[in-house]
Amino acid sequence: MGVMKRVSLVFKAKANKALDKMEDPRETLDYSYQRQLELLTKVRRGVADVATSRKRVELQMNQLQQSANKLDDQARKALGMNREDLAREALIRKSSAQSQLNDLQAQYAQLQAEEEKLTVASQRLQAKVDAFRTRKETIKATYTAAEAQTRINEAFSGISEEMGDVGMAIQRAEDKTAQMQARAGAIDELMASGALDDLGGRRDDIQSELDQISAGSDVENELRRLRGEIAASAPKQLEGGANGDGQPNGGSQVQSGQVQSGQAQSGQAQQAQQTQYAPPAPSAAGLPVSDLPNANEQPQDGEGL
Amino acid sequence: MIVRILGGGQFKVDDAATAELNRLDAELEAAVNHDDEAAFTVALTGMLAQVRALGSPLPPDTLEPSDLILPHEDSSMDEVRRLLTDEGLIPG
Repeated sequence: MGVMKRVSLVFKAKANKALDKMEDPRETLDYSYQRQLELLTKVRRGVADVATSRKRVELQMNQLQQSANKLDDQARKALGMNREDLAREALIRKSSAQSQLNDLQAQYAQLQAEEEKLTVASQRLQAKVDAFRTRKETIKATYTAAEAQTRINEAFSGISEEMGDVGMAIQRAEDKTAQMQARAGAIDELMASGALDDLGGRRDDIQSELDQISAGSDVENELRRLRGEIAASAPKQLEGGANGDGQPNGGSQVQSGQVQSGQAQSGQAQQAQQTQYAPPAPSAAGLPVSDLPNANEQPQDGEGL
Repeated sequence: MIVRILGGGQFKVDDAATAELNRLDAELEAAVNHDDEAAFTVALTGMLAQVRALGSPLPPDTLEPSDLILPHEDSSMDEVRRLLTDEGLIPG
């Protein structure tokens, strides 16, 4: 006997065994329907579980991608500083991160496929369960217990096959998810160990060497930048002081805008708006040039609300 | 004749296709018996393709049991073996 026939016999045997346990055929209908509903819940939970695993893998993929990008960046910087040794180390780690990433991508696709399969399975089961419920009501209303037996057997073996199928689909999805989770855990550990990443622990070394090399020149650059800023802002502060009269004007314009918008609303909302609009006033004070655009904009916002 | 592909729904297949399906099924069984994973994959893939090509999908809200049941698309030989035993893979 071929495989197809044997598999279907195994399914039928399962259904018959369940049927034999029932004394009253009508009881079979209700009991089976109950089990169908439970299975529907289970398959929906299965879909959610697979989705959760898929999202976890997605998160890890993002982390690994960030690491790879960062390591690539570090390699570039290291080469720019003529430190081929550092660049090499960064690239080695990048390639390790990249290969983990490729691996995860394959698993991600598998989980996606599994999620899709379970979703379809749950839709199919839902359709069968609905059909079964209708059939169950008809049988109960139309036939006596004795007459009903054959009809019940038919309906029952049809649905029980579907239930066996869906049950297997859930089992397979659970197995796959468990495998993925084990792998995801291993990658988490790998990332925590610093072998793939560049923050904390062992991974500090590339960055800290790069930092040390560039620290000297960076400090000089920062100093230069700060000096420049101080020099540039000093005359502006004087201007701001001289422009002192203009500023309260700008402030009152803003206020009138708030009152307008506030009229449409009430109580707390109005207060919240006032505090929202308050900050632009002081910031506008520092740069007199921006006073006018700011004061013009806000009443417009208020009308818009 | 109604054929179910596990995880793939049920199909109505014309009885005329039975001979071809039986031939492929015999190949599948031989592969399982000879522990030949490669031949098994070829036979299973061919069979599922035939059912899909020759059959038309049954609407999901029918309650008819299948005459024949085929393993999942990506089944391993080991999985099919366990499927064939009574305490096998079908839960419940």
